[in-house]
Amino acid sequence: MARKILLEHIDVPGINTYDVYRSKGGYASVEKALKTMNPQDVVEEVKKSGLRGRGGAGFPTGMKWSFLAKPEGVPSYLVCNADESEPGTFKDRYLMEYLPHLLVEGMITSSYALGANTSYIYIRGEYFYLVRILEKAIAEAYANGWLGKNILGTNYSLDLYVHPGAGAYICGEETALLESLEGKRGNPRIKPPFPAIAGLYGCPTVVNNVETIAAVVPIINMTGDEYAKIGIGRSAGTKLISASGHIKKPGVYEIEMGITVEDFIYSDEYCGGILNDKKLKAVVAGGSSVPILPADLILTTANGEKRLMSYESLADGGFATGTMLGSGGFIVMDESTSIVQNLHTFARFYHHESCGQCSPCREGTGWMEKIIHKILDGHGTMEDIDLLWDIQRKIEGNTICPLGDAAAWPVASAIRHFRNEFEEFVKNPSAQREVKYYFHCNNIDTAAAYSSL
Amino acid sequence: MSELKEVRFSAESEALIQNLIKRYPEGKQKSALIPALHIAQAEYDGWLSVPVMDKIAEILNIKPIEVYEVASFYSMFNLNPVGKCLIEVCRTSSCWLRGANDVVAHIEKRLGIKDGETTPDGKFTLKTVECLGSCGTAPMLQIGEHFHENLTLENVDELINKYKTETTHSKYLDGTTFRKH
Repeated sequence: MARKILLEHIDVPGINTYDVYRSKGGYASVEKALKTMNPQDVVEEVKKSGLRGRGGAGFPTGMKWSFLAKPEGVPSYLVCNADESEPGTFKDRYLMEYLPHLLVEGMITSSYALGANTSYIYIRGEYFYLVRILEKAIAEAYANGWLGKNILGTNYSLDLYVHPGAGAYICGEETALLESLEGKRGNPRIKPPFPAIAGLYGCPTVVNNVETIAAVVPIINMTGDEYAKIGIGRSAGTKLISASGHIKKPGVYEIEMGITVEDFIYSDEYCGGILNDKKLKAVVAGGSSVPILPADLILTTANGEKRLMSYESLADGGFATGTMLGSGGFIVMDESTSIVQNLHTFARFYHHESCGQCSPCREGTGWMEKIIHKILDGHGTMEDIDLLWDIQRKIEGNTICPLGDAAAWPVASAIRHFRNEFEEFVKNPSAQREVKYYFHCNNIDTAAAYSSL
Repeated sequence: MSELKEVRFSAESEALIQNLIKRYPEGKQKSALIPALHIAQAEYDGWLSVPVMDKIAEILNIKPIEVYEVASFYSMFNLNPVGKCLIEVCRTSSCWLRGANDVVAHIEKRLGIKDGETTPDGKFTLKTVECLGSCGTAPMLQIGEHFHENLTLENVDELINKYKTETTHSKYLDGTTFRKH
């Protein structure tokens, strides 16, 4: 049976309201932290828990917190990254919609640990309806004395604000997010200095993902040592997985890290198997940026071991035969999917979202989209496939921020594992053209719909 | 679209922007730029004209270029007039896998416009967008602040019929959203 920690009370009616959330033990972590722990103790608990950043990079949260500079007389900030935009990822949206107080509670406990007296939740502009939900939760927290001056009668004060973005994937990168929060274009900054030294308004700042901040709540409640026992090895705790694509039960699932990928895809507790009982073809396991893997490699590592839902197991084999857990955006494709067409949606995405600062990314993403489009249109050559490989290789590692890598990896992995499909498009463009306009969709009867027009 | 001679925000919008400025440290009022542009766009028919952007620059005490460069960077800001109902259809991987292209093709046929165009009566604009975080409920589209998910072509027809008579973007940011300080 799945162990739920973040989503323990998700089915309780009214859990999005303060009274119900409080009656289920909500805000206990704030009480415990402010009344019985000093800020450094909270940081130590998070270190012991082994919690790693849930936004995609998987960097140890406690370590990130301990890097925060504390110069005299300079404010420090905690900024929550709620700019969830990685294709295939919708877990933060789910968390904020149904458990807004969990994020607010996590923000208070974490801000206390970091000595921040002003904190922001930077949320993507399209999630506008969530701004209302979060503002309401924050107002309730103020009304009940969890925010504002001298919280619980202590010396600690905190103001918490929601700040909407306006549609830019790049603002999920932490330094671009800070630029955006300062009212500028979302151009990533050159690091160092890291935000822990010079972040928001040049002050020491920690930027953490929504799920990461939410996980601080159970860590403080149960202790870091207990949290570290959940999961497997260095993949401590639970992870929210956003499951989408050709599966019977798309949705957000909280998993204990260490379950098998096979179990996640096929068991009724999670995805429930492939839609219409077709065969599994490929999976993008951690959001659009991570390498796509064919069915055999996602279910079993190159060494013949069952692949697990954990940071280490998904990365087993490096990029040659493995992938990454990333943000946990798990996109499943059945046997009828054209890998090249799917890749075109990713290439178009990265081209659209490149901020334009670095030439390899700005120009390279455009080239990749155009070449893939040319191949899909039936005008591709074998040399184009090699050119595509060459371009992605020249983007990777040559940009200020990881968007360049994120744009390169899907292209590289699609060619690495499915080169034959690119070649098919080149060799037999007319046969492929029929595929191009075939979009399999479970709930749309295309022919019937068009005939009624 | 008639030319805007003088830009004067409603008292409500003006108060809302002043309220938002208080969320940031003294002298960092530029941080309120993106939320302020959302408010401006909601009040001025869903797009940002140069006079509207200049007015925002004046309120925030920053240079107009600082507003233009931000407005042109973020995809939610429209620098040209849009229809009364802006339909934004997601077409990235998960939505594509579940039929987003059929949804786009259907809307194009129904409205007689292509992606990026506005109907001659000024009612609808169709825009394809990148991942909106609705992958588990694909295919989807957004109108105003509302997500319409698990779409079928029948749903799409219902939405078009409904929004023939409704304006959507004026509700985008209103006084009930942000807590007062």
